[in-house]
Amino acid sequence: MLRKTFESEIKQVKDDVLMLGSMVEQALVDAVEALKKRDIKAAEKIFQEDRAINGKRFEIENKLMVLIATQQPMAHDLRLLASCMEIISELERMGDYAKGIANINIRMGDAALLKPLIDIPRMAQKGADMLHRSLTAFVTEDVEAAKKIPIEDDEVDALYNQIYRELMTFIIQDPKNIERANWLLWVAHNLERFADRVTNICERTVFIATGEMAEIKSTDDEFWKKEHQEK
Amino acid sequence: MENTQTPEYSITTNDLSIHYGSYTAVKNVNMKVERQKVTAIIGPSGCGKSTLLRAFNRMNDFVPNCRVTGEILLRGQNLYSKDVDPVEARRRIGMVFQKPNPFPKSIYENIAWGARINGFKGNMDELVEQSLRGAALWDEVKDLLQKSAYELSGGQQQRLCIARTIAIQPEIILMDEPASALDPISTLRIEELMQELKKNYTIIIVTHNMQQAARASDYTAMMMIDEQRSGGVIEFDDTKKIFTNPKDKRTEDYVTGRFG
Repeated sequence: MLRKTFESEIKQVKDDVLMLGSMVEQALVDAVEALKKRDIKAAEKIFQEDRAINGKRFEIENKLMVLIATQQPMAHDLRLLASCMEIISELERMGDYAKGIANINIRMGDAALLKPLIDIPRMAQKGADMLHRSLTAFVTEDVEAAKKIPIEDDEVDALYNQIYRELMTFIIQDPKNIERANWLLWVAHNLERFADRVTNICERTVFIATGEMAEIKSTDDEFWKKEHQEK
Repeated sequence: MENTQTPEYSITTNDLSIHYGSYTAVKNVNMKVERQKVTAIIGPSGCGKSTLLRAFNRMNDFVPNCRVTGEILLRGQNLYSKDVDPVEARRRIGMVFQKPNPFPKSIYENIAWGARINGFKGNMDELVEQSLRGAALWDEVKDLLQKSAYELSGGQQQRLCIARTIAIQPEIILMDEPASALDPISTLRIEELMQELKKNYTIIIVTHNMQQAARASDYTAMMMIDEQRSGGVIEFDDTKKIFTNPKDKRTEDYVTGRFG
């Protein structure tokens, strides 16, 4: 077959993207686990994981550059390589959210959690699961799955809203809770952003497979539109 | 000299087929070549690209047993109708070949000769300069006009052939692999030149070099042979579309280098 070498290099890049994705997924799970246990040592380890994530991202980016320069990809190959560039940057930022959670954990020092964590690990679980499946859809170019996964972002948003309301009641009850509630709010915010970026990965997958570059709308877009119109 | 006449298509083909005896080399081509654009014809070897290009200025007339069916319309006029003079048609449709083929004459004469034969009565020095400028060669040869064209490099010779073509003011310039015998720098120079030339002329280029088609053309026609070994245009679209998201799987395989 023509272009055997190029084919195997493309496969290698896809494997690398998967590897980067699993590193990010692990970092997120570890960060929330460390927070749940208030384990500062474990939180510090996330910073190392993040450096490895960044290193992997640069390594893939470099490979992509070399492939584009030396193989002159066209059509599907071009869409794939250009999209990988985009996806690895999404993944790297998602790793930063995990690091952000670890950072909050460290800054909390020896303060106890405001409340036992229930919905936050749920959000993290959901986000990690969405990421995992979005990367499977990416590798197999499963357009149908790529279009469905972003809809699940609504569940993450619902959890976020629930956490927000809950933490507000703590704040209202006692202003001394403000700082500790704020920490958890930031954690939830990071998790919400994490899941949002899964949508971007899914959009790229649709683009790679079909060539159509379009936003996949989730219902929170509709929500914002409505809010905006009312004002 | 900006040519702004209508219609918007220089060449339209209707069910164009080209036969050699009982063998059909090119089958049922329907395409519209837009004016003052560069249209590239790509496809694997033997798919009929050059045969199709040659049909556009009746070069196939010289091939025994060659028969053309269907229509090639040049601004609505059938190129193959009896009242069309092939010599006059070739004046309107210039051609540049793979290997530069200057006449064994001076640089000046290479341009003046064709114009003179075509009855040019104006200022010849001016025409020579204008044509050489049009082919981005003037600055390199203005002091060597009486030297033999053979003293020029391959890339310069090719630009001289382009200058010679535009000296007789055609409407369309056909280019058959115009850069395949040239080094990379000369190749890029020819590609740049095409961008200048298309301001005044319609250009159709046959190329094996897909990057060249991608860089230099506005539209791309993808050709492929069928089971009877007849070539046809399987996809014709914006060059951007052909190289980023072609519709036909065979085009995809060809432009990504998986077939050819």
